[in-house]
Amino acid sequence: MTAKTATGYLVRHEANPQLAARWRRATEEPAWVRWTLISIALTFLGLFLVLPLLVVLYGAFEQGLSVWFAAINEPDALAAIRLSLLVVVMVVPLNVLFGVAAAWAIAKHEFRGKPILISLIDMPFAISPVVVGLIFVILFGSQGWLGPWLAAHDIRVIFAVPGIVIVIAFGTMPFIARELIPLMQQQGKEEEEASLTLGANGWKTFWYVTLPNIKWGLIYGVILCNARALGEFGAVAVVSGRIRGETNTMPLHIEVLYNEYLFTAAFAVSSLLTGLALVTIAIKSVVEWLDERSREATAISHEGAVS
Amino acid sequence: MPLTRRRRVIPGFGLTMGFTLFYLSFILLIPVGGLLLYTSLMSWEDFWQAISHPQVVASYKLSFGASLIGASINLVFGALVAWVLVRYRFPGKKLVDALVDLPFALPTAVAGIALVTLYASSGWVGQYLQVAGIKVAYTQLGVVVALTYIGLPFVVRTVQPVLEDLEAEREEASASLGASRFTTIRRVILPSLLPALMTGYALAFARAVGEYGSVVFISGNMPYRTEITPLLIVAKAEQFDYHGAAAIGTVMLLAAFALLLLINGLQWWTARRGV
Repeated sequence: MTAKTATGYLVRHEANPQLAARWRRATEEPAWVRWTLISIALTFLGLFLVLPLLVVLYGAFEQGLSVWFAAINEPDALAAIRLSLLVVVMVVPLNVLFGVAAAWAIAKHEFRGKPILISLIDMPFAISPVVVGLIFVILFGSQGWLGPWLAAHDIRVIFAVPGIVIVIAFGTMPFIARELIPLMQQQGKEEEEASLTLGANGWKTFWYVTLPNIKWGLIYGVILCNARALGEFGAVAVVSGRIRGETNTMPLHIEVLYNEYLFTAAFAVSSLLTGLALVTIAIKSVVEWLDERSREATAISHEGAVS
Repeated sequence: MPLTRRRRVIPGFGLTMGFTLFYLSFILLIPVGGLLLYTSLMSWEDFWQAISHPQVVASYKLSFGASLIGASINLVFGALVAWVLVRYRFPGKKLVDALVDLPFALPTAVAGIALVTLYASSGWVGQYLQVAGIKVAYTQLGVVVALTYIGLPFVVRTVQPVLEDLEAEREEASASLGASRFTTIRRVILPSLLPALMTGYALAFARAVGEYGSVVFISGNMPYRTEITPLLIVAKAEQFDYHGAAAIGTVMLLAAFALLLLINGLQWWTARRGV
């Protein structure tokens, strides 16, 4: 509908360039206003986005690659990297499972209370990471609900790896689900229904029909979940106990280094996470570009069908 | 209605819904309920004393006040950035657009040490501000800077799609009826953007109130002056004062629920207004 009207205007403008110019003047700002606004926006973003990025990279590589490498190739840093990767390996698959299951239930079926379920999935976004950590300290800590029972069975959750895994699973829970739900809703269920009518079972339908359609959204969701899991700080700070070489994840190790005035080392470890953040937003751009292109392709094929 | 009672064609509802509810219960609902139950078992006096201690009240003022200021800065500049990205062409636009998500992807601890290094009195930005007599690092202004950083993507990303879908006809109609460009923006464009602006504002505020990692480095954590509420929760938990931590944590949790309700309401409004 919109596309058609827009084309209509385009045709009229082309027929009468003078009129087109007058229209443009009425619905556009003069060049000096445009460039002033662009400059203000870019200055703001330069100050808040680009400078922090540059200061991390500068701090990391200021003293050369060998110092950067030495800061990372150090037992405590390597232990932190290993722990962070271990946590990611456990948390991301859980969130993939949850995200796909929740999106399948929400996008492909109708049921009462759907908005409430979606709000619940959003909840970790709103809760302070520090409160997330506290919740699990109160559940599993030595003076918490299950503390005495866990102590009697010699199970450590708080100040140990399980606690870190749980709080990060809590904090990153929405990312994949929130990426997949709108995507699967937008794609509707005709293709799945067709596949099922043709005799494929549910698993086959998911594997050969749904999964290829949500592939890119899923990949972006995984990468984002990955970045956020590696970067989680407040919640881990509460439950980890900050035991060097044992329960320090990468962000906690950065904090330790910074507080010990080992700035180059702190920025070196930070540069790894910064690189990952840049990869994350690059993948997001690629996914959006692919999405736009496929939407344009459908729009063109529809237009062809109409004419 | 017989139509809705039709057999479900797509299988797997029981399995996926069951797993979703199971996972949500164990990771989210039972733990959150545990905190609320723990707090509810405290006596009212203990609870009130914990949440109304002057040091805690000072932290609420800072956390909520700085979050409001940060979200307001993001409201103005976020709207401007969204406008510039949707309406104008300039070199490097794609790159700038992608970079807007950086605060969402960059770990908060990394942002924290980057900001304090920038704004310290010897930092790239701090040294010039010091000449002007402005101190940012280890002051309340530093908290505002960190919370502005962390909320930056929200207003941009909620306003951008609405602005893209805005029909050119309405601006043309307004112009053809003799309105100046300024009047058109104020009377036609701004009202259409209002729900999205408010949603972005609320999201940025909600994110800022609970923020910990990016703030603690730049704030300096001086009692009564630059201590945010999440910091007090961490401090109390580290001293094994679970009651105090749980009481303040419950206040933050209830504030988060209220904000989530507000945001849901605003999103519903945005969708209904649909341009």
